[in-house]
Amino acid sequence: MFTLNALVQPDNLAETYQILSDKRNNTILGGCAFLKMGSKRIGTAIDLTNLKLDYIKEQEGFIEIGAMTSLRELETHKLFNEYFNGVLPKSVHNIIGVQFRNGVTVGASVYAKYGFSDLLTALLVLDTEVELYKSGRMSLVDFLNRPKEKDILVRLWIKKTDRQATYLSLRKSASDYAVLNVAVSKLGEQWTVAVGARPSKAAIAFSASAALAQGNLSVEEIEDAAQGASEELSFGTNMRGTADYRKALCRVLVKRGIMEVLQCKLK
Amino acid sequence: MQIKVTINNKLVTWDVEKDEFLADTLRSHGLLSVKKACETSCCGLCTVWLEDKPVLSCSILSLRIHGKKITTIEGVPKEAEEFARVLTAEGAEQCGFCSPGFIMNVLAMKNELVNPSEEEIIHYLTGNLCRCTGYMGQLRAVKTYLGVL
Amino acid sequence: MKKLEMKSVGHSIRKIDGMAIATGKPVYTEDLAMSNALVVKILRSPHAFAKIKSIDLSRAEAVEGVECILTFQDVPSERFTLAGQSYPEPSPYDRLILDQIVRYVGDEVAIIAAVDEKTAVQAMKRIKVDYEVWKPVLDFEQALGHATVVHPEEDLSCNFDIGLQKEKNIASSFIEAVGDVEEEFKRCDVVVEDVYYPQAQSHAMMESYRAYTFLDHTGRLVVVSSTQIPFHIRRQLARALQIPASKIRVMKPRIGGGFGGKQTGAVEVFTAIVTLKTGKPALIVYDRKETFTSTTSRHAMRLKVRLGADQEGLIRAIDMEVLSDTGAYGEHAATVLSCVGHYTLPLYNKTRAVRITGNAVYTNKMSAGAFRGYGATQGTFALESTVNLLAERLGMDPTEVRLKNISKEGETFLTGQGVLLGSSSLDRCIKKGKELIGWKDKFPRRASGENKVRAVGMAITMQGSGIANIGTASIEIRLNDDGNFTLLTGATDMGTGCDTILSQMAAEILEIPIENIMVNAADTDSSPYDPGSYASSTTYVAGTATVKAAEDLKKKILEQGAKLLGVALQEAELNGLAVRTLNGDREISLVKLAELTILGTGKLQLTGYATHGSAVSPPPYVAGFAEVEIDQETGKVELINYVAVVDCGTVINPNLARMQAEGGIAQGIGMALYEEVRYDDAGTMATNSFMQYKIPCRKDIGHVHVAFEESYEPTGPFGAKSIGEVVANTPPPAIAHAVYNAVGVRVNRLPITSEKVFLGIRESSKDLR
Repeated sequence: MFTLNALVQPDNLAETYQILSDKRNNTILGGCAFLKMGSKRIGTAIDLTNLKLDYIKEQEGFIEIGAMTSLRELETHKLFNEYFNGVLPKSVHNIIGVQFRNGVTVGASVYAKYGFSDLLTALLVLDTEVELYKSGRMSLVDFLNRPKEKDILVRLWIKKTDRQATYLSLRKSASDYAVLNVAVSKLGEQWTVAVGARPSKAAIAFSASAALAQGNLSVEEIEDAAQGASEELSFGTNMRGTADYRKALCRVLVKRGIMEVLQCKLK
Repeated sequence: MQIKVTINNKLVTWDVEKDEFLADTLRSHGLLSVKKACETSCCGLCTVWLEDKPVLSCSILSLRIHGKKITTIEGVPKEAEEFARVLTAEGAEQCGFCSPGFIMNVLAMKNELVNPSEEEIIHYLTGNLCRCTGYMGQLRAVKTYLGVL
Repeated sequence: MKKLEMKSVGHSIRKIDGMAIATGKPVYTEDLAMSNALVVKILRSPHAFAKIKSIDLSRAEAVEGVECILTFQDVPSERFTLAGQSYPEPSPYDRLILDQIVRYVGDEVAIIAAVDEKTAVQAMKRIKVDYEVWKPVLDFEQALGHATVVHPEEDLSCNFDIGLQKEKNIASSFIEAVGDVEEEFKRCDVVVEDVYYPQAQSHAMMESYRAYTFLDHTGRLVVVSSTQIPFHIRRQLARALQIPASKIRVMKPRIGGGFGGKQTGAVEVFTAIVTLKTGKPALIVYDRKETFTSTTSRHAMRLKVRLGADQEGLIRAIDMEVLSDTGAYGEHAATVLSCVGHYTLPLYNKTRAVRITGNAVYTNKMSAGAFRGYGATQGTFALESTVNLLAERLGMDPTEVRLKNISKEGETFLTGQGVLLGSSSLDRCIKKGKELIGWKDKFPRRASGENKVRAVGMAITMQGSGIANIGTASIEIRLNDDGNFTLLTGATDMGTGCDTILSQMAAEILEIPIENIMVNAADTDSSPYDPGSYASSTTYVAGTATVKAAEDLKKKILEQGAKLLGVALQEAELNGLAVRTLNGDREISLVKLAELTILGTGKLQLTGYATHGSAVSPPPYVAGFAEVEIDQETGKVELINYVAVVDCGTVINPNLARMQAEGGIAQGIGMALYEEVRYDDAGTMATNSFMQYKIPCRKDIGHVHVAFEESYEPTGPFGAKSIGEVVANTPPPAIAHAVYNAVGVRVNRLPITSEKVFLGIRESSKDLR
């Protein structure tokens, strides 16, 4: 059972950051589902509700997503069903249930860098940037590679483009964590292939992505790229599957992802 | 610590512990329809409405609902009874332990979706686990209730 | 009585408790507990096998609000069993309330009672236990004769010989043989054999285990529990606590599912001993983790099945060897083991020899217990998969092999001791199921889009209806002074609706609307004896007692009515809530009859009473058909359709029967594809939450279609048999069969995961090169 000494709901970011930095065990609250399962000793818990970060805005060239947007809002918002072939709604579609997704935030999901995350995989194949309060704006890739450092994830920026994308996963039970998840996107000649729940967190298969950009995209080349992705990334074994199976799945799902994207019509 | 909340359309002031979750708070105040059946936010039995949206009360810190509106099945007796009549006419309540949370989610779905297909109904209700019925009777009841063929 | 004329029986009547429980009324155990009850928590062993050297409670007892902490030194030393079985139980008395030896990770070490949960948990953290850790035996295939003996104690006893040999870790042995199987196999044209591993499965009922206890106004211990077995609990507690059973009262309110899990007394003894020691009410509520890790599961088994047949496809010999994992305690070891054969071998009666041998072994894991199907599930998976293997070897349609071999109505079978089957529509179930799934067009497989293939598979199953010669139920029906009726039963409705079913039967006989009957159930002080709802007994055994009791009361009402009308008994009849003369010229309403008879001058409480136990256990049957779609590149198995055609005799309440079938099938689908109790190398259960243990969600079951083919069971109430368990058994073998037909991969170790199918496809494509 976790414990906490106090809960605050600041209404500005500066104060939020100040409280967060004040003590080592001061923590920002996300959806609390995982918090509940652990035995963290929290000093001051910081609720971001009053920062009004619960929004999805279409800007010039970008879609801006506030950190307190729920996964359900992401799933049902018109914008995300229009852009990128609905890859973001597709990625969160099977997570537990509607009630769960109403309570879990985009910010917490991204900040926690969970291995099992479906959303991260999909975000990685879009032109996604993360905006942190202290460290500023950076690509999602850079954010995922950074060592853990206390900060506030304020919003996500997704570049509005004609990028075509798809998301696939294999699960045992439909509402379980994925055994493996894959996202593939294409913008012009540029391809991005990401694989997550390996069981470690989503990563881009850079070589495979680059190989796709070069070629004519014959069936052979697609299969080679998928094979390449499965060799370039690492996989592990856990209760849901062996490394060997995940590697084989990667080949199949990446291949299918590429073919699905090729079939997408340009908007 | 004190919170002021609107529970089933009534404004109340409740004392809660800092680390107390909403499901326990509701039960300790006599709203015993709210059930706890897992510790991992997986089963949906604790479903209540937070500002009319279905949420898992087991995973919401009570301190965070200060100033907000919560509805349990005790707060929507007419609507609940209307669907419960259909559900029980099907025999699909069985042990009844998952029923209140299920009904709250069905009512929420009715408010949110317009003319849902069978697939959409199943998708919306996926977060409500049931071990007794095998789900088919629940689906029949929902389709009857919504007038879906 | 012809079905069409019946007013209650055969109708889909709403459950009498349906509206209250659906809308969340506080009628479950925890809702009813008094608010000042002590909260009881259990400190559990982190080791799979250890001896407690010392326990230091000093810091824990010092926590304010702690009422008492009990250890193995504070409990009686008489061993007992927690099995929900009729006395004398075929179960080893191998338990103590708290034992100095702990036998699995999760085994109880200390009982803490405090004013609230936080205090109890805080105190629990301060208990210091010094263990002498021993090497556990975790693998049930290594347990027989293993150096580690799970029950080294000398005072373990058994009521009668169940083949217990505890030094070898054998909790029970079983052998049944008719004819000479080896000789018969020599004569067979085809012999097939395979080995199967059905897994341990968790009940995962939505309401976890909980109970509360208090002392009443006469100093008796009252237990309110989410249990299936009130009378057995009373007996267990009497022995465990060493107090007379007359000092104990057990009551069951509404409960949130059981499926056999609550046929073992998991929690009552802990609050009971706290209440006895402190004089105060006490409440225990198991969380989901404890429910997974510290109660019971289905018995995991290894089954080797050998079948021999002639060229025409007649099965002449069946040989089964069973190894069953009963975990740390042997409650249901013997009976589950025996049911493997009892509820499979009788399916096929062209056999000339059958044999089943088996051992149930102790291991240092959570105890196995009763779980819907109770051995028949595991046996069905093994036998039916082998019959499907035989069909393929013979080049015959699997449904034809069944139709050729199944025991039919009026026939007996090798292990049947001459008893004839009173009812069976299994042949019609198979034919109907074939039609509903589209077998002709779909068997064995069809391509279904890129890299996908669809296929069908099937299996049949049987179960029992109550336990022949052992299951006994009594029912009392009382005409009250206001003209309404009370039905008193010890049967335990766990959501199944048996309170409603029994009322329907009584209402039918008494010719009254069901609203005129109140059910008073599951209170050992007032209920007539009933073993509880398990072994698929309630409809068949308690139901027959209900019919007899209702007829008894009806006769008494007519006698009284005739007397009051001044006519001979033969001239009176029950008609429209009144006793009326045959020619209709005079009548007396039941209300008036009750008033005149029970109050004042009548001086006669009209009560119908009956006890019933059957010499037979007529089998219900199911024919199950699965259609799957397999992704040949990933191995993913998607269940598209499931058809089950059920013979439960007369269907008493079609909706409730359908619900039992659909629910049981979902559990079977879970066992086939999704569920698995898993332990790590140290014996700690890894699948201890719904996050890790995946029961099917509503997207996982495909489209389930249930149909009924009624037969008429002459020994059953209105021709009914049972339905509660039989419905869980067909999915594993039917789905496994469909998977094999799709991609040629035989998965004998459940669950059938996509990875196993993928590996199988990869292996067989290697073989082709």
